[in-house]
Amino acid sequence: MSATTTKPLSLNRKQTGSLAWHIGSLLVLAVVLYPVLWVIGASFKPSKDIINSLQLFPSHPILANFKGLADGIADISIWTFFQNSLFYAGGAVVGILISCSLTAYAFAKIRFTGRNLLFSLMIGTLLLPYHVLLIPQYVMFQKLELINTYVPLLLGKYLATEAFFVFLMVQFMRNLPRELDEAARIDGCGHFRIYWSIVLPLCRPALITSAIFTFINAWNDFMGPLIYLNEPGKYTVSLGMMMFRDSDGVAANYGGLIAMSLVALLPVLLFFLAFQRYLIDGMATSGLKG
Amino acid sequence: MTLVKDSPTATRKVRPAAPAAVKRRGRRENLAGYLFMSPWIAGFLLLTAGPMVASLYFAFTDYNLFNTPKWVGLDNFTKMFDDPRWQKSVEVTAKYVIIGTPLKLLLALGVALLLAQSRRGQAFYRAAFYAPSLIGASVSVAFVWRSIFSDNAVVDRTLSVFGIHAGGWVGNPDWILYCLVALTVWQFGAPMVIFLAGLKQVPRELYEAAEMDGAGPFRRFWNITLPMISPVLFFNILLETIHSFQIFGSAYVVSNTYCGPADATLVYTCYLYQQGFKNAQMGFASAMAWMLLLAVALVTAVLFWSQKKWVHYENDTEDAR
Repeated sequence: MSATTTKPLSLNRKQTGSLAWHIGSLLVLAVVLYPVLWVIGASFKPSKDIINSLQLFPSHPILANFKGLADGIADISIWTFFQNSLFYAGGAVVGILISCSLTAYAFAKIRFTGRNLLFSLMIGTLLLPYHVLLIPQYVMFQKLELINTYVPLLLGKYLATEAFFVFLMVQFMRNLPRELDEAARIDGCGHFRIYWSIVLPLCRPALITSAIFTFINAWNDFMGPLIYLNEPGKYTVSLGMMMFRDSDGVAANYGGLIAMSLVALLPVLLFFLAFQRYLIDGMATSGLKG
Repeated sequence: MTLVKDSPTATRKVRPAAPAAVKRRGRRENLAGYLFMSPWIAGFLLLTAGPMVASLYFAFTDYNLFNTPKWVGLDNFTKMFDDPRWQKSVEVTAKYVIIGTPLKLLLALGVALLLAQSRRGQAFYRAAFYAPSLIGASVSVAFVWRSIFSDNAVVDRTLSVFGIHAGGWVGNPDWILYCLVALTVWQFGAPMVIFLAGLKQVPRELYEAAEMDGAGPFRRFWNITLPMISPVLFFNILLETIHSFQIFGSAYVVSNTYCGPADATLVYTCYLYQQGFKNAQMGFASAMAWMLLLAVALVTAVLFWSQKKWVHYENDTEDAR
């Protein structure tokens, strides 16, 4: 910084570079953030202005859209959708944490026959398009009369079918110092003790990353609820939002729809602000080890 | 090997008993392994392997969920290949994948290179650019997208200034797919984060040596950066391609649940959903799903085959485990 005083008028190469860097980054930032700012601004506009007004934030913000939300939609309170989404996302987090960490422990810390084969199968499911399983799973749950319950949405989470999180935890557990669990074994600890008292506490970062991703994925999930839930009282937030469109036609209660969009985004955005380091580092390592 | 490491005393003292101990220990390890794995194994059999077999069977049957599946041989497949809407859905999906994925990855790589110059504010930008990847798949963002690409809305009016007037992109069959492409490109943050992590691992000395030899920035990128991050590039191409084949939610919501106008956003999974869950053509939809699986498998195989030629693994640190 002090070097600038010697040549105040012409920028040196380093400074032009720095300037270009900041301009470039800010331009990308503007494009990336625009839709988010747009939805914040639009939810304070009257319905008729939402599409046409180019003003990002209205000069006369109104709260009518949010007040309208309090009335719910088709006699269902907005809070019901939130409760359902929370139940789904919370249930998914618990399931993923238990089932994926158990599986990951077996892959990372136990030498058993067939481990490599099962590991390849697990990695294979990572690339398998979910849609191949969609129809037969639906048929199965339909025969078991579990349609319109949360069982089809949650069962897989308790059976470690999300290979990505198993993989993430395996990578993390493999990097833990091996001396720790070897010492514990010599002291006579069984696998469950080692898993519970040594490996799990050390895996906290991987567990937090998995928990947040699971929560956000379940919160955003659209196809699952669309297929399995058919009673509005059981709808999650993403499905409930579709009712704004259906019951009011496309544009009639546009303000309500946009306000609801913002409210539905808030939990994800808050999670992101609180835990962004875990999320981004989790993503980054998954790519490097892949 | 394990035995020596884990229980040194046992081996030293009672040599003849060792094989039995190995066996017992091996069996105990197996039991523990499969116990810990049991949720995954149950899930794999019940929710992955079983359904795959069932799906393959349904693909050769006429099945509407309530009749007993009737074997029809290859009928579903011949019907599918002759079906103009199926052809349209393949075309739409191919266009979406071929345009969207390279654009997204190029932007991700470009921005990662920009951010990797490690200046102040890098962490902030990295986080901000990553945010769309978390919310991009939500219904909320799909509605926002639908709104800002509507007739006379902000995108249309901004582009009109430059003489591009498309009317509302979402109402125009020629343009609505690009609205979805824009939505996926907007989520470049996830591959960018992975690129950035890869770029950080490139040893500084390589650049310094190249600079001393007089290599310009372009040469340095082409001969150092690109080969060094090729494993990460491969990973990103693989994952992003496979994911974009499976786009559903945003196409469904942005095009107002009917994947139109004029089937312009009839992506593959949208048509699969319509056939399976609206028309109860479970057999046909299963056949479609298997074609999707074959396409994804083919792309994966081609990518894995090609990586031998261009992916450069620095020092294969495959450890024995």
